Amino acid sequence: MYEIIVVGGGHAGCEAAHACAIKNHKTLLITGNIKNIADMPCNPHIGGSAKGIVVREIDALGGIMGRIADKTHLQIKMLNSAKGPAVQSLRAQGDKIAYPKEMLKELNSLSFLEIKEAMVEDLMVEEGVVKGVILEDGTEISSKIVILTTGTYLKADILVGNTRTRKGPHDELPSNYLSDNLKRYGFQIIRLKTGTPQRLDRKTIDFSKTKLEPGDNKYLTFSYDLEPCYKIEEQEPCYLTYTTEETHKIIRENLNKSSMYGALDDIKGVGPRYCPSIEDKVVRFADKERHQLFLEPESRYYDDIYLQGFSTSMPPEVQEKMVHSLPGLENAKIVKYGYAIEYDAIYPTQLNASLETKVLKNLFTAGQINGTSGYEEAACQGLMAGINASLKLEGKEPLILKRSEAYIGVLIDDLITKGIRDPYRLLTSRAEFRLLLRHDNADLRLREYGYQIGTINEEQITKLRTKDTQIKELQEYMKETKLKITPERKEIFLKNNIAVPAASLSLEQLIKRPEITMDFLSQLIEIPFTEEIKEQVSINLKYEGYINKAYKEAEKLIKLEKKKIPADIDYDLVKNIASEARQKLKEVRPTTIAQAIRISGVNPADISILSVYLKKEYGKDE
Amino acid sequence: MFDTICAIATSRGNGAISIIRVSGEESVKIVNHIFKGKNLEKADSHTIHYGHLIDKKQKEIDEVLVSIMLAPRTYTKENIVEINTHGGLAPTNKVLELLLENGCRLAEPGEFTKRAFLNGRIDLTEAEGVMDKINAITEKQNELATNQMNGKVSDLINTLRDEMIQIIANINVNMDYPEYDDVDIITNDIMIPKIKKVKESIQKILKESKNGRIIKEGITTSIIGRPNVGKSSLLNALLEEEKAIVTDIAGTTRDIVEGHININGIPLNIIDTAGIRSTEDVIEAMGVEKSLAMMNQADLILFVLNNNEEITKEIEKLLQSLGNKNYIIILNKIDLPSKVDLNHIKIEQDRLVKMSIVNKEGIEELKQKIVDLFNMTEIEEKDPTYLSSARSISILENALTKIEEVEESIQNNLPIDMIEMDIKVIWEELGKINGSTYEEELLDEMFSRFCLGK
Repeated sequence: MYEIIVVGGGHAGCEAAHACAIKNHKTLLITGNIKNIADMPCNPHIGGSAKGIVVREIDALGGIMGRIADKTHLQIKMLNSAKGPAVQSLRAQGDKIAYPKEMLKELNSLSFLEIKEAMVEDLMVEEGVVKGVILEDGTEISSKIVILTTGTYLKADILVGNTRTRKGPHDELPSNYLSDNLKRYGFQIIRLKTGTPQRLDRKTIDFSKTKLEPGDNKYLTFSYDLEPCYKIEEQEPCYLTYTTEETHKIIRENLNKSSMYGALDDIKGVGPRYCPSIEDKVVRFADKERHQLFLEPESRYYDDIYLQGFSTSMPPEVQEKMVHSLPGLENAKIVKYGYAIEYDAIYPTQLNASLETKVLKNLFTAGQINGTSGYEEAACQGLMAGINASLKLEGKEPLILKRSEAYIGVLIDDLITKGIRDPYRLLTSRAEFRLLLRHDNADLRLREYGYQIGTINEEQITKLRTKDTQIKELQEYMKETKLKITPERKEIFLKNNIAVPAASLSLEQLIKRPEITMDFLSQLIEIPFTEEIKEQVSINLKYEGYINKAYKEAEKLIKLEKKKIPADIDYDLVKNIASEARQKLKEVRPTTIAQAIRISGVNPADISILSVYLKKEYGKDE
Repeated sequence: MFDTICAIATSRGNGAISIIRVSGEESVKIVNHIFKGKNLEKADSHTIHYGHLIDKKQKEIDEVLVSIMLAPRTYTKENIVEINTHGGLAPTNKVLELLLENGCRLAEPGEFTKRAFLNGRIDLTEAEGVMDKINAITEKQNELATNQMNGKVSDLINTLRDEMIQIIANINVNMDYPEYDDVDIITNDIMIPKIKKVKESIQKILKESKNGRIIKEGITTSIIGRPNVGKSSLLNALLEEEKAIVTDIAGTTRDIVEGHININGIPLNIIDTAGIRSTEDVIEAMGVEKSLAMMNQADLILFVLNNNEEITKEIEKLLQSLGNKNYIIILNKIDLPSKVDLNHIKIEQDRLVKMSIVNKEGIEELKQKIVDLFNMTEIEEKDPTYLSSARSISILENALTKIEEVEESIQNNLPIDMIEMDIKVIWEELGKINGSTYEEELLDEMFSRFCLGK
């Protein structure tokens, strides 16, 4: 018998299965099509603002997305490199052939993992506890825990123009009954929608009319454990082009043919605010003369170019006209038309912070089924579901990351506390502690957790601890080392156009000056540490004021998080709470006062009344 | 465990004294910070101390008695400080504002009792009564909160927050969508004028909020001038006009309020008029120093000159010290030959009213000047409740301090995404005045104003 069954082989499913298997739990991954393991049905990149930091966090916790991306990408760059350290983030152009292949290789190497091709249509449930899955043909497979990572495949409909077809991406079969069955077990099911643009044949594009967008000139990796596996000069470029007045005219004239603008009148799915279709952009931003479009290669192994920014549900003949109105694409051949997809998801306030559902015990869900969008968002949930399912089997407390510890913590807390309006995407603006949740310190934030739960090995943790010690040493060194202003040093200051200090200052005092960098200091005095350590210390010292402020805020929150709300609380017995707040509290069932405060519709007065009630009913441990 | 809260414990009105109660871990520290007298942090529990409250400019606000009661033998089982001040709205409110500025939070209705319960001081029955009360009062407070500031000020705050969220959204779009070249990139240089504008708006709102307070409490007005220049005629003319009653009320300051006059709905409290009715020369009797002190206390100075009399050195000195105070110079007895050289004393024309009080000339003009001076036409009549506006004012003042920090960060060339965090805090602070959630508003702003996406 399997300990864990993972249903779905997308980014969430792969991380979940991997985490369970490396923790030596006998795991079965069931997917509709083994060839589509870790598929990237939409855009071909991994990372991006906030998401890139999540990939680092996944790596810090022993997940695989970062490593696989490092081994296979077409190009990589650091976003916002000119901005502050809190918003820098990696983005790689993935390879849609190499990435899944490498992922499958990785999964196949795990002795505790089996992979099976099948469709799951129901769960085995006894008295509110999941006992396994039931396949399309009625076969029952038992397990102690089931993790659902079904992506967009629950009752998926592909929408193009006025046609609606029941199928998933790549014309695959969707699961028709699983979401109905989930509803039967008591889940609230919602319908969401997302879209994807056209794929074009590279050979038919005139790139001379577009702008080149190369990868960075510096070696970069997501993973803390890998050396770069690519050559800077062999990176594949992307290209930039723009819509024209002609494009806008075609769209306006054909608007009623778009599925989303009336061609289909039974659309229930809510689309993501941050991914508007090109129809939306032209209608809502009518005064904009042009919209940016990126031409992104999908793979080294075939010629498809992804037309980022041109997502649409127009019928094919209109899409042809639209594409041909774009500079460089006058003769472009459309290999695959853009489409919208509608699918079922479960409303995420039905989850605990461990990603185990409140409705059925031993059932975990992760990824798009929880209402998120994006490969990275899916992968990190898969990892957490895998980790927490394993911990549950081991009889241990789940790993709940705090909002001040990881973007992963922000994402899960947002989902389970606030619910969603449209498919959820991570943004830096969602993280109130983004200065603490940086790209550069994901390992320092999370590796110890990984080591404790067993997804990070001895070698990895030794490396981290050494790094940590060196940071402290360098910080001490900067504090104690005073820089005497010799004539030679004065010369260097002047040459770099930097004001010469009047007295001899410590390195710490110097680095705090905005115009002084570690590179500059290294010209003046030998700083015997690696670039990585210098970077950490530079950030820590330069932004000390802001970082300390953030820690102080975080501590306040942690204090409130220590005020637990018992799981068995009956909100109907709490007198005087406003009715909207009562309803929200009953729905979300927050586990701490901190979480309760974040629920919209729950006001400070309600929190007051709730804490009085808790004190009264549950005594001093409130 | 809890933050430090304060509230006026006595009933509001013109009692002889008011008690302001402060409860929480930091209560002694906070009160000590604004107290001139014995070091309260070293005081024994359950002792009373005499001293003065001072503001951040070290100016004495009031003469007070302070009771120190240390945890746990107190009503809330926390450190409690009770401040006995002179009664009347103005001194009491001033003390409350001072506490809010120094880190106290205004207590919610019933919060002292709630703490008493949470800390195990009172039993359940009492606490349940309190909960009913919390609920009832909160409803009312929510209602009040929405009207808490008059329309004009609330519009200003909304406009201000709107501008700020646009800046914030733009910076966020720059962070989250760095690859978009058609979105304006906000840099520190672009920020400087924007932040300056926000600062000026807050300063303006603060000024107007304070005017709102003036409506509630009255303008402390001082009539100054040599004997026989027409001070009492002026007072009587104003009083007669409004058919007000002259009474002695222990009021807004410890000085005697001679009378309340209502000018177009604005109450003037005439203070320190000991000299007005006597024939003694107030300025000579009190000396220039004392006259200056008297002028400093006033929100409005009506400075009366006799057109038929040369200006003395003392008067000239006082006139020069008016500076940026709210003053109006009344040139009385214009029906008599002029002996005053207006050019010599350099009076701004819009601060000058020529009158002949005995002939009732110029009274309307004076009233209009007062209205203009306090910008009263811009304030709607809706009465802000004092407590809410004290809170709003303290929020605005905090916001102003933070704006200054932002300016400093920009000066120091810190990355824009860090500066954004400060602006966000200010936006949230201001949001406490009318309440709304940051994230949803920000996302809406980002995705409705900027064209983004795959």
